[in-house]
Amino acid sequence: MRELEYPFDGELILKKSKKIKRALLEERSDFTEKRIAVLGGSTTHDIIRILELFLLEEGIRPVFYESEYALYWQDVMFDNPELVSFAPDLIFIHTTNRNIVFPAVSDSEEQVDGLLAEQYDHFLVMWEKIAEVYRCPVIQNNFDYPFYRLLGNQEGVCPQGRICFINRLNEKFYQYAREHGNFYIHDINYLSASYGLDRWADSLYWHMYKYACCMQAIPVFSHNLAKVIKSVFGRNKKALVLDLDNTLWGGVVGDDGQENLEIGQETPMGQVYSEFQGYVKAQKDIGVMLTVNSKNEYDNALAGLNHPEGDLKPEDFVLIKANWEPKSSNTTAIAQELNILPDSLVFVDDNPAEREIVRAQTAGVAVPEIGTPEQYIRVLDHSGFFEVTSLSEDDRKRSEMYRANVERKVQQERFSDYREYLLSLDMQGIIRPFEAVYMARIAQLTNKSNQFNLTTRRFTQAQIEAFAADPGYITRYGKLTDRFGDNGVVSVVIGRKGTAADVEIYRRGETPDTADGGDVLHLELWLMSCRVLKRDMEYAMMDSVVEACRDCGIGTIMGYYYPTAKNAMVKELYQMMDFVKVEENDTGVTIWKFEIPAQYEKKNGVIRVTDKE
Amino acid sequence: MSREEVFEKLNEVFRDVFDDEEITVTDATTADDIEEWDSLEHINLLAAVEQEFGMKFNMGQVVSMKNVGEMADIIISQITV
Repeated sequence: MRELEYPFDGELILKKSKKIKRALLEERSDFTEKRIAVLGGSTTHDIIRILELFLLEEGIRPVFYESEYALYWQDVMFDNPELVSFAPDLIFIHTTNRNIVFPAVSDSEEQVDGLLAEQYDHFLVMWEKIAEVYRCPVIQNNFDYPFYRLLGNQEGVCPQGRICFINRLNEKFYQYAREHGNFYIHDINYLSASYGLDRWADSLYWHMYKYACCMQAIPVFSHNLAKVIKSVFGRNKKALVLDLDNTLWGGVVGDDGQENLEIGQETPMGQVYSEFQGYVKAQKDIGVMLTVNSKNEYDNALAGLNHPEGDLKPEDFVLIKANWEPKSSNTTAIAQELNILPDSLVFVDDNPAEREIVRAQTAGVAVPEIGTPEQYIRVLDHSGFFEVTSLSEDDRKRSEMYRANVERKVQQERFSDYREYLLSLDMQGIIRPFEAVYMARIAQLTNKSNQFNLTTRRFTQAQIEAFAADPGYITRYGKLTDRFGDNGVVSVVIGRKGTAADVEIYRRGETPDTADGGDVLHLELWLMSCRVLKRDMEYAMMDSVVEACRDCGIGTIMGYYYPTAKNAMVKELYQMMDFVKVEENDTGVTIWKFEIPAQYEKKNGVIRVTDKE
Repeated sequence: MSREEVFEKLNEVFRDVFDDEEITVTDATTADDIEEWDSLEHINLLAAVEQEFGMKFNMGQVVSMKNVGEMADIIISQITV
């Protein structure tokens, strides 16, 4: 919704929140429900009110638990049946510099160190308790700076200074975040600076209402927080779709010629475009795929991208669409060729008319109002489309992998027989039970795979670790490498050992809480990344699951397909795997059964699979 | 801006904040007259009024304000300076 897209009018959002909420709920129905506990060290009422809007905008329908005023610590540390039964999917701890006990100027350095350790421990014990009891992701504010400086410009220098104390405490928080998965910092120190500290810290709101920041800052606060939350739940965008002329350089390459484009250090405008190209190029390193969507002759587009002063080169892009097709059709084609959904794309174009066409014709694509060239970076950056919560090796390599995919397509065209093509890829698979090094990637895949996903169940990393440790479950991840590169972990299966009677529970879309063992395996999760579609990896996964079943005396595998708006492509997957359909209800849920035969013939014949790293 | 115009604008703000097109405020209107007007909504209401009139209430005014009439008085005194 336009009202909620950066740059937004915060005061309008505050004033019309009820109306905006109604409109959001009418706009779509495919929300994912998430239970979010907000534990505050100051008032949180309006933060929650506005956070709800920004989460709905991201397709997340929140159910909130709100701690009593300033009882964030007590709520965690003492028995709290209400919070336990709420069973949060995520806990947000809203503390600020108003919750710190600061040193006095007369304190010795040892006393300051002692106080620092004490303040940190206050939080540490709480985080440890959460990890033990709730096992869900935690988002923790760092600390904003106070609105006055007793020691003036030496506040950050003297250990007794509040700014020095806050910096040291924040660094300890960051250290904890670096060492613990599932723990994320919400950076209100940066946010308050970006907003303007004097306005942010207007003490009227503290003394009147016990708000740690001013009312008008709440929309930027909740927006920033919503970005972290949607990223934790795997709802980041994946690719930039970039216009060229007057977006990546000044001028029109087809009219002005490569040599007359504004890019480089010679002119102020050239510098602006250079800085923007550098920013865009760096997006690759956080796993964002770059694509071009330009109305140009292809050769002219390449000439522009080969400008000697430009940072971006043709090989930085996974796909280049330079033609005279409508930009909306190119955008749709880009989504299809990359095997991602349109709502994973961000369209960047200086021309408002093109933005309008893409907005109208390709539902779901984010189309920011990027303003003028010197504003492009700020608008994209503050929009948080690609909010980083964990940086996996996979993110850094993503562009490489998708480029390899495009090369594979070229290879494919040289073969008339598909199997021959697959064999030529020289594929090697590793399929093994879940293990520690891949938990983050498995959680990431589980939370963002929509298309090749039979049950679309979402699990946190903590839950996934619990499945891996429980002998009542069979877990398998699959990695795939071929002659063009390593695709990383691309498939995940979780099966629960149970009895035939459990079908009753699965029929309702639910899962039993515990795995008591039994000779029937119920497939609770089976998904695969679309980057390896049609490579027979699904058959290799099936073979591995069957083998695991035979090793522990399981003779029957039950498969479940729960339809969503996005997973029609796997509707007949079990059929392809030789399951027999035993049930279909009127909502499209299908239940399938596979009796493992005495002589099971492996279904995959093109990937060399091993269970050794 | 006349007192009538101030009330006209106040009506719009109240309608937006409480999402109720029926609201009409008078000098004597207080929080007791509007069901959803609790202490939490009060903060939001004041922020919206400030934005509408391009002014700010100071703490003393927030604390002492008794009804919408007094709110209008403060607004008029600040925007006609």
